[in-house]
Amino acid sequence: MSNKEFLTSSLAKKFVMAATGLFLISFLVVHVSINSLIFLNDGGETFNVAAGFMAHNIIIRIMEIGLFVGLLMHIYQAWILTQENKKARPVQYAVQNETASKWYSRSMGILGSLLLIFLAVHLYNFWYPTKVAVAAGTEHNTYNELKEVFTGELWFVFVPVYILGVVSLGYHLLHGFPSAFQSLGFNHKKYTPLINAIGTGFSIIVPLIFALMPLAFLLGILD
Amino acid sequence: MSGNMNLTLKVWRQKNGGSKGELVTYPVSDISPDMSFLEMFDVLNDQLVTEGKEPIAFDHDCREGICGMCSMHINGHAHGPKDQVTTCQLHMRSFKDGDTIVVEPWRAAAFPVVKDLVVDRSSFDRIIAKGGFISVNTGNAKDANNLPIPKVDADKAFEAAACIGCGACVATCKNSSAMLFVSAKVAQLSLLPQGKAEASQRVLNMVAQMDEEGFGSCTNTGACEVECPKGISIQNIAIMNKEYLKASVVSEQEAQ
Ligand code: SF4
Ligand code: FES
Repeated sequence: MSNKEFLTSSLAKKFVMAATGLFLISFLVVHVSINSLIFLNDGGETFNVAAGFMAHNIIIRIMEIGLFVGLLMHIYQAWILTQENKKARPVQYAVQNETASKWYSRSMGILGSLLLIFLAVHLYNFWYPTKVAVAAGTEHNTYNELKEVFTGELWFVFVPVYILGVVSLGYHLLHGFPSAFQSLGFNHKKYTPLINAIGTGFSIIVPLIFALMPLAFLLGILD
Repeated sequence: MSGNMNLTLKVWRQKNGGSKGELVTYPVSDISPDMSFLEMFDVLNDQLVTEGKEPIAFDHDCREGICGMCSMHINGHAHGPKDQVTTCQLHMRSFKDGDTIVVEPWRAAAFPVVKDLVVDRSSFDRIIAKGGFISVNTGNAKDANNLPIPKVDADKAFEAAACIGCGACVATCKNSSAMLFVSAKVAQLSLLPQGKAEASQRVLNMVAQMDEEGFGSCTNTGACEVECPKGISIQNIAIMNKEYLKASVVSEQEAQ
């Protein structure tokens, strides 16, 4: 790299946030597409085939490592930026009018933290048992596991956690999606309105599909 | 006079940079709605001097919205409640009789309080000194037609050039980020042929200085462009980001 500040400057940190953010968004596209297969309502047959592929395919396994690295970079950089930004205003205003920006734009840290808590629960529910099964070489029915989590004894814990998780995701995306393009220097009179519209649509539709899964199980729409 | 207002002001008083400040309450009466906000402060200061008290220190110069000196955070808004005006261009008719108005200095580590409402904005000067200019040899003015500039670029550069360096963007941003200010200058000069020669060096140097001064980082909340008295758009920040990427990855230039 021709200049060393490129890796440490305030702008570089924004680039990292944006690039990792977009990478995580691309993962969501894959995740939500596979999840949608349960709505075929075939008892999870197609869904399990897709889930099995994701759990065993070597290329997907390698990409999974990339995904965790991307996630950790996103979290680490956000943490550093938050600390620096706090330091930049040591004395707060007695009166601060907040109408100039959206609450979720100012609350990305909180939304991200909620997402992280959700993610921990989520990984514990599905990722971890799958890993154990793959390691042991045993048969693994992800669909049945979904059903167990969302309609089992602890449904009243898990369903609200999942709903809260995806709502946080929605607001996090509502800011993050267009913000990533702005940070990477892409703000164009012709395309930015389109990016904003796609961002808003994505932020509503993706969390909605995620939320419909536990609800569909709980309401007995899927068996 | 009828229609005049009585107000309660809560103003930040601070002896100097090292001392602890506090909000002090001052009643003012018989304020004409046609006064500017700063004229209302003149009335209050007159009153304080007559009472043998220390007048309130505040920055101002042109009082016509062009110099960028005035800098009051009024009821939670940089330059007060109206859009696209500076404090000196804000009139008392924007308030109601009986209102309580809280006035604070800009808050940022990079804008330390000097006294009362006066903050030290020389960090902006140091950023500009790092690249907010073009280097040209003087001599005869060139024929303007020698340098054709597309209308869209000219317009954008002109809009960015409207920045008066007041610091309201920093004051408003929850991160005390100076990116709107810095990007306005970077964008203005990078859009014009005269500024292109030094574009890479400029953006690297100015961003490095901005970071060194202790401003926060932009998180794209967009609050700065809402409170900016000159309507500078955050599209300039995207232009700066792009220029910085280009300068860091494509060019061989280094920050100096
Ligand atoms: S960008 Fe706007 S708010 Fe910031 S210094 Fe320039 S004129 Fe003031
Ligand atoms: S005093 Fe010059 S802009 Fe307000």
